[in-house]
Amino acid sequence: MSAARRLLILGGIGLALVGMIYGGWYAVFAEHQELDGIAGALTASFTAAAERHAAVAQSALERYRERKYDYDRHVDVHGHWIGLAMLLMVLGIGLDRVSFSEQAKTLLAAALVLGSFLFPVGVLLETLDHGSVPRALAVAGSALVIVSLGGMILGFVRAQTSN
Amino acid sequence: MNSPSASENTTATGAAGPAYVETFAPLSARRLLALGGIALILVGMLVGDIFAVFVLHQNAAKVAESLSAAAHAAIAGDENAVVLSLQSVGSFLENRGTKVDTHVHMIAFGYLALLLGILQPWVALRDSTRKKVAWLFLFAAWLLPVGVFLIHYVGLTSSPLEAIGWASIFADFGGGLVIVATVAWLFGIARHFRRMPRTPLEDALLNDRSRSGRVLFAGGLALVLLGFLHGAYYAAFDLYRHEALDYSLLSELSTAAGAQNATAVDSALGGYGQLAGEKAVNIATHAHAVEFGLLAMLLAFFQPYVRLGESWKRNWAWVLLCGSLALPVSVLLELKLGLFAGGIADVGGLLVILALLAMWIGIVRYTGEIDAARRFAERRRA
Repeated sequence: MSAARRLLILGGIGLALVGMIYGGWYAVFAEHQELDGIAGALTASFTAAAERHAAVAQSALERYRERKYDYDRHVDVHGHWIGLAMLLMVLGIGLDRVSFSEQAKTLLAAALVLGSFLFPVGVLLETLDHGSVPRALAVAGSALVIVSLGGMILGFVRAQTSN
Repeated sequence: MNSPSASENTTATGAAGPAYVETFAPLSARRLLALGGIALILVGMLVGDIFAVFVLHQNAAKVAESLSAAAHAAIAGDENAVVLSLQSVGSFLENRGTKVDTHVHMIAFGYLALLLGILQPWVALRDSTRKKVAWLFLFAAWLLPVGVFLIHYVGLTSSPLEAIGWASIFADFGGGLVIVATVAWLFGIARHFRRMPRTPLEDALLNDRSRSGRVLFAGGLALVLLGFLHGAYYAAFDLYRHEALDYSLLSELSTAAGAQNATAVDSALGGYGQLAGEKAVNIATHAHAVEFGLLAMLLAFFQPYVRLGESWKRNWAWVLLCGSLALPVSVLLELKLGLFAGGIADVGGLLVILALLAMWIGIVRYTGEIDAARRFAERRRA
């Protein structure tokens, strides 16, 4: 098995495991609490509005916004890690169909594995830090995935035309 | 049969020539995973279609009604009615969320089963162990979504825990078993790579370059890239705007309710409904394009074992790709074209289901021609 194929398949299985373990941890220890928090904040806001306490209503909505922001990202991270893991494995298995040198394929595979790991990590870090660093990490990761996937497609098209 | 994995075999002469690889015998790990995986995807898609037609829009209307009732109760200063209405919103959202999770997890586990089926030649475990792990994986892959589906109906009845009910506990147990089975495959693959010297592998699934396989692989790659590009566009231009709008519309709603301004409340509610629709179609477009692309790529590898005529295999490949493109594109156009686009999306989903069913039947019909031909060639070589 070539280094590129091994990188994609083992990287994919590893990433799938990371995504599943993270999803399992999240479902057991965090999801219900986070959903309760979202519902509680929304209820508190509307109840405060009914009591004509505008400031309390706004503060509860702020809590809602923060919890919702975190919840969306936690679910996205789980979904994207596993989805990207499957793509890595499928591309690893079908790598024979990509017509590039071994070195180029290894480079593309490394970029794809790195991007697939970093993109959800960036999204996850956004829940801890609302600054630009996590966002930049997520953008860089997704750009790596798109560019390397484009490269793989180019290699596949080359193989078809040479046949 | 309790023989070592095919990937551990050598040729009859004992030289490190091409090994016998994975066969597709009835109840072999690969066949179990292929048929079980496609069945999971088929049922997951049917659940999704039934959900889209009979639950999704009705549920969204109930959420909107309850939210509106909560806002109007706040205008009237009725705190109890506010709490009750928002509890209804929570219940409708939980109902919706668990249905979506059932659909998504069934399909994702189906994909994983197909992938693991393809990877079988690299899993250095005994055949009997691989079969047991395949059964364990398939059992767990059904247990999790069924458990998730029941969460809304079982609730916290007789639960020993404060926030998690029995359905959730069984779903989490299913998730744990999936992880155990995946770790077992990973162990088998690691074991294969530790073996020195390794015999080269021959696998009809990987060597296939049939027309239907190429069409599915190329079409799948293109769909995945389209899905990624759409996701990147959405994240860059709409995601943060939508998040800000979600907060500002709710804030407007709460302020208007506090000020007893019914007109402003209704206007904010209308905007909130529109926003929810925009978010839903964009996420569904991204997810479906990528998932259908992956499905097409996975099915490309199984084409040698689909026992149908070549022309029929090509036709079903195109049907699958047409449906896979029609569904996400129509979903995206739903906000502009309304029910017409929704109808096309449903037809797209149906095309994918039909093509998948045809391929599943083709795999069930496979009686071992490729394996027999390879064995014959091996015997002649020996």
